[in-house]
Amino acid sequence: MITLGIDLGSNTVKTVLLRDGSQVIARSLRKGGHDMETVMNECLEEVYSAASGEKPDKIVATGYGRVSCKIADKEISEISCHGRGAYFSMQGARTVIDIGGQDSKAISLSDNGKVIDFVMNDKCAAGTGRFLEVMAQALQVPLVDFGDVSLKADRSVDISNTCTVFAESEVISLMARRESKENIIAGLHKAIAARVIAMAKRLRIEDEVAFTGGVALNSGVKRALESASGKSIKTPDHPQHIGALGAALFAFDMA
Amino acid sequence: MEQYNQLSEISSNERLRKLMVGYYMKAKFSWLTRKKIAWITSGGPVEPLISMGITPIYPENHGAMIGARKMGPELSDAAEDLGYSRDLCSYFRCDVGSAVLKKSPIDIRPKFLGGRAVFGGGLPKPDLLVCCNNICGTVLKWYEVQARFFNVPLIIVDTPYNYDGETTEIIEYVTAQFGEMITQIEKATGKRFSEKEFIRVGELSDEAVNLWNEVLSICENVPAPMTCFDAFMYLAPIVTLRGTQEVVDYYKQLKVELQSLADRKISPVPEEKFRLVWDNLPIWFKMRRLSKTLANYGAVLVADTYTNAWADNDISVEKPIESMARVYATAYLNRNTETKIKNMVNLMNRFKADGFLIHSNRSCKPYSFGQLDIKDEVSRRTGKPALMIEADMCDPRAYSDEQIATRIQAFIETLKERKATA
Repeated sequence: MITLGIDLGSNTVKTVLLRDGSQVIARSLRKGGHDMETVMNECLEEVYSAASGEKPDKIVATGYGRVSCKIADKEISEISCHGRGAYFSMQGARTVIDIGGQDSKAISLSDNGKVIDFVMNDKCAAGTGRFLEVMAQALQVPLVDFGDVSLKADRSVDISNTCTVFAESEVISLMARRESKENIIAGLHKAIAARVIAMAKRLRIEDEVAFTGGVALNSGVKRALESASGKSIKTPDHPQHIGALGAALFAFDMA
Repeated sequence: MEQYNQLSEISSNERLRKLMVGYYMKAKFSWLTRKKIAWITSGGPVEPLISMGITPIYPENHGAMIGARKMGPELSDAAEDLGYSRDLCSYFRCDVGSAVLKKSPIDIRPKFLGGRAVFGGGLPKPDLLVCCNNICGTVLKWYEVQARFFNVPLIIVDTPYNYDGETTEIIEYVTAQFGEMITQIEKATGKRFSEKEFIRVGELSDEAVNLWNEVLSICENVPAPMTCFDAFMYLAPIVTLRGTQEVVDYYKQLKVELQSLADRKISPVPEEKFRLVWDNLPIWFKMRRLSKTLANYGAVLVADTYTNAWADNDISVEKPIESMARVYATAYLNRNTETKIKNMVNLMNRFKADGFLIHSNRSCKPYSFGQLDIKDEVSRRTGKPALMIEADMCDPRAYSDEQIATRIQAFIETLKERKATA
């Protein structure tokens, strides 16, 4: 039995092809764009060829583009999918912190992995991947290097503005004052972590925390989240694919 | 379960329409009937006005109409152009915008004049403003602004917040002000106050409020014969015209009709799967969309704290002024958080709800203040989950369709999961 999960996020399209609800056959990830369907089809070709042409029995879509995904048998919200995927990847996870392209969320899971409660950012991109993307441009440091660069900081500067637009001008003025990029990036990680942890505290942050989404690849944010929450946080393998994995697991339930 | 098209089934809907149109038409033509107009806050004491033959007009009800007709941004912009911040209440902004632009859903354009406007749109000009701060502090400044704009007298009734529940001092203080208020109204309008007439109006008001409570209680039936989206509409007369016979008659008819639907187990959604309680004002400009979204999931809003805020009244014959003071001093939004928690828990239990939706309303600070604590505590006491959505009653610029849709979907998924494992 093969099932497929498709996560049509604001920034990227992710797919996971799963065998028997337990074994990941293939994953793909591509930058999204205006023509999401084409990008999705490219992703599908990639996973299908890795599975030597085997096609899924059931498909579940999630993410912002889920409703317009015609090939899906069902669409399920990204909250349920991230909860499911995170619990599968990290048995015993009770709190999931997901930071994606344009949203961040915290999810509380019961001891058997069911979603109990959740919170998401509203109205503001400050606690999301978009915040870091904008700052990467301003600092002219590739986003993928942020984690390593921040390791070299001797202190983290305070970024007082939570608004992405104002924080960008703040970063520019910090550069003008010759503050090191390392320290600024460490400061940005601290700012995003403070924001996300404040939101997650609306729920209870348990000891078993899984950190997912594209931003989870950034070890600097992970460290900042740990220091803001006082918890040890784990990033499961392939954190960007957690939503798609959850969708594939739900598809297996249906089959 | 049978699905019904309630517009065709509930014949009192036509009566409601006529009642409200008649109310605003009569008020618009008050210069012909020499009736005085008093603008009043939604939690304000209306009975003395009605007993003195003065027509009460509610800018907040008008705000709801503006929201439902999606005129919020345009009218709000006009207020913002005058320098009022977008962070202020959207009812206030819309009221100021409407007064300045003379634009409103209330716009009489008779056919015999070829559809031209008779006078500008908007509420009839006030002769007097009555402001009671039992619903918020914004109304004080709001009514001061309008008193200057229309150059009319303003009467303020100050009702201290019930931090420690209702105290004798509060009741005495508000009772004294009510006595003073009546003298001020007499002075401003030249009308005489009669205690006998006031008691008659108070009794009608009580009767209407009791009927309204009974109407809302019909949703204790499973399935519920209406949703809060209907109740938000049926609410208009209890806010604007309580204390009159026609309102009593309207709710009597509505009650009979809803009871009949309940007896026949007729539901507004094809299959009632989830019963939810709503907190805070409606999102007026998204009523249709939200009601459809919820109906698609088989979710029904069976009760809410907003319409229930008018379901509590007790003006006694023995001590009419003092009992009225008690009613208005202890209005829902003037009570402490513990009272709100208890009220919500009570609604959850009475209406057999599976969960609750909390609207964190950008505009209404006193209603939205403390909601996170209320959410946690009501969840703890009832064992039921809640979803908080951030929006605004009138301003679509504080609302995002996609975000809300995702949250509602995820919430319903968790409810489904709970039912499956229960």
